[in-house]
Amino acid sequence: MELFTNQILAGIATGAIYACMALAVVMIYQAIDHLNFAQGEMAMFSTFISWQLMQWGIPYWGAFILTLAFSFAGGIAIERLLFKPLAKAPILTNVAGFIALFAIINSVAGLIWDFTIKQYPTPFGSHPFLGSQLISTHQAGMIGVTVLLLIALYFFFQFTRIGLAMRAAASVPESARLVGINTSWMIALGWGMAAAIGSIAGMLIAPVVFLEPNMMGGVLIYGFAAAVLGGLTSPFGAVIGGFLVGIFENLAGTYIPGVGNELKLPIALALIITVLVVKPAGLFGRPIVKRV
Amino acid sequence: MSAVDEVVTEAPAVEAVPKRAMTLGYGTSLVMLALFLIVPLLVKNFIVFQLTMLLIYGLAVLALNILTGGSGQFSLGQSAFYAVGAYTSAILMEHAGVNYALTLPIAGVICFAFGFLFGQPALRLSGVYLALATFALATAMPQLLKLGYFEHWTGGVQGLVVTKPDAPFGLPMSQDMWLYYFTLAVTIAIYIFSVNLLRSRSGRAFMAIRDNEIAASAMGVDVALYKTLAFGVSAGITGVAGGLGAIAVQFVAPDSYTITLAISLFLGMVVGGVGWLPGSIVGSAFIIFVPNIAEGISKGLSGAVFGVLLFLVIFLVPHGARQVAIVAQQLVGKLKKN
Amino acid sequence: MTAMLNVRDLRSYYGQVQALHGLTFELNEGSMTTLLGANGAGKTTTLRAICNMVRSTGSIEFEGAPLAGRSTENIVRLGIAHVPQGRGTFTTLTVEENLQLGAITRKDRANIVSDIERMYDHFPVLKQRYTQQAGTLSGGEQQMLAVARALMLRPRLMLLDEPSFGLAPLIVRDLFKILGKINREDKVTILVVEQNAQLALELADQAYVIETGRIVMAGSAKEIANNEDVRKSYLGY
Repeated sequence: MELFTNQILAGIATGAIYACMALAVVMIYQAIDHLNFAQGEMAMFSTFISWQLMQWGIPYWGAFILTLAFSFAGGIAIERLLFKPLAKAPILTNVAGFIALFAIINSVAGLIWDFTIKQYPTPFGSHPFLGSQLISTHQAGMIGVTVLLLIALYFFFQFTRIGLAMRAAASVPESARLVGINTSWMIALGWGMAAAIGSIAGMLIAPVVFLEPNMMGGVLIYGFAAAVLGGLTSPFGAVIGGFLVGIFENLAGTYIPGVGNELKLPIALALIITVLVVKPAGLFGRPIVKRV
Repeated sequence: MSAVDEVVTEAPAVEAVPKRAMTLGYGTSLVMLALFLIVPLLVKNFIVFQLTMLLIYGLAVLALNILTGGSGQFSLGQSAFYAVGAYTSAILMEHAGVNYALTLPIAGVICFAFGFLFGQPALRLSGVYLALATFALATAMPQLLKLGYFEHWTGGVQGLVVTKPDAPFGLPMSQDMWLYYFTLAVTIAIYIFSVNLLRSRSGRAFMAIRDNEIAASAMGVDVALYKTLAFGVSAGITGVAGGLGAIAVQFVAPDSYTITLAISLFLGMVVGGVGWLPGSIVGSAFIIFVPNIAEGISKGLSGAVFGVLLFLVIFLVPHGARQVAIVAQQLVGKLKKN
Repeated sequence: MTAMLNVRDLRSYYGQVQALHGLTFELNEGSMTTLLGANGAGKTTTLRAICNMVRSTGSIEFEGAPLAGRSTENIVRLGIAHVPQGRGTFTTLTVEENLQLGAITRKDRANIVSDIERMYDHFPVLKQRYTQQAGTLSGGEQQMLAVARALMLRPRLMLLDEPSFGLAPLIVRDLFKILGKINREDKVTILVVEQNAQLALELADQAYVIETGRIVMAGSAKEIANNEDVRKSYLGY
């Protein structure tokens, strides 16, 4: 029983990271109807930035805040420079753009910081949380930071004008323009926020998976699985999907024989395909009606 | 109101390519063939090996081109099919002692089946969803190949070493040279097959689906069948390329077939021009030689160079090499007039 | 009265297809003008061209300022509210959020709450449903919501694209009564495209008739209503 509880809690902790990645993916999907295949690489790059800042002597939380700001600005810059011009291009061109971004960021991170694996600090320590053996302080910290983030986002979208404007722009872009909303900037803002949310995921998971240019590969796949499970059109669903996928991953690894760490990615693949085939809209998403 | 207001169409998956423009004329084809026959005789062994790889990746890009340019479906997971083909050939040769040439059709058939089966669920996905599913497939493949369960056959993380075949009938030719001409023969056969496929009834069905799936089904095209068929054919050809690749590099290992390979092949297709089959060779040349040059400058640079060039292509020449070829043709035409 | 909106030689295109062939007309400040025409004549296109939602040439001046080169959202910020065809409801948001969005560019935040209350007075049904997702409203309710949302801008000029579409006749009467009141009391200039020509002509001061992208008749609403051709084609008697 203790093992079970332990796995559930560990699942919630990694699930928090998947929830962040899924949320980042969904924010961009809502804005431009495309999946950002480079979301993981953007998060990885942000994490390296924070690491570099700490190397220069800036304390953890200072580096954390600076990285958020950098990621936000970086996300906006990428959208303005590279993806705004592709807004009306065919899907293939956009996919090619995301793939190109993926390759560039991965490669540049390797060039600057090389491909060796680095330790990444945690401000929470890795002691047993509250004296219990069930969960470590870092895992508790991952959950805590994510929950704070989710509350902040909820208030932003529910109770601020700009949050309302962003939701309107994602809902019906043409009507949004007709009430005077600059939808183009709302998209850029969505990119900035997605990049910042992704950077939080990166900085929280780095002490676990260690810092290197390919650190986010597996995390992104699980983030996608979470987003698809929750429904790509529902930020709320993406968060729930993240926690569910995290718990599922841990339980499958513990209780299904033969499924260890080495089948982590195939499990995510199976999950993605199953959801897409059985319930393409996800648990909380709206079905999409295509017109000729 | 004007009726035009109400028409809301989603962005097409792929821009339509006129069918006639998908191949080269006879004259150009013959010149290309002559080049491919003669050049290897004049260069060093290492270059011959690179030319072999050029043809192999050319086949893999061609396969993706049939899928995307032909039927409008995306795949970021071609590396998975390539890996299955490579492992099929390697295992058959090293564990069962099957002749290398015979392993290729087997690799092709197995990959066709794999692609056809993967195409079944993928059938219900389109656009970005399909890209996502295949992206996940490519990411998961190396882990599947490393599984302890298959280690006896696959060699696990270590991979398998493959013996390079000698030229048959005592021909006075180096192994590399023989393999080049063997690959060339296979490539030409598959190229001719592909051109004919796209010109056939099936090819027209593919293109109808690409241009407008709902309209195609209204015209009586069995959309499900042809979409999975396109996946199967594409995977089958990629499998043959994978098998050839395993023989050429004499080695298979899980980490040779990561998402990076899938990205390279995708890049090759975009650079060569989506839906333009001869562009596959141009794209292949791009993904073989650009990293060589980039890595020569700095380790790890090739990804950045790839990415930047890919952006340049989609911004400046969205139709890839085909567009360059058309412009060149027009220029030549102008010069002739003068 | 001075012209508030001045449209000269307006030509609009959808891709290669030209939908408007040189429209010239003006709207007087405080007036209510109706645009009549058959399906496909270019009425919707005219409204969309004013908000720069289709590619157009020619000149459009609003209170003396040219609109060319301004984005749709910028034009709206000048005080031009557009109730689009199909209502443009933010279906995933609540009724109240839809109303708040109408006022999203306004600086005088203090007055927004009282304006929402005013809309609830005009359209009591919206008040009953203010926490509901707007997509769950009936077509008629969504049409009222669309008009209310446009009014939340406190516009100087209001463009309405078939506001009676899908409404029961009694509700249409009510809606037009409210529009008339807004026009008179709040001094909002109104340009309305309407299938229900009879009702539109009753309320409007001015009227234009367009056919295949050209204005074929212009005059006071009374003159137009008494015109033999118009009566045959649009009023049916």
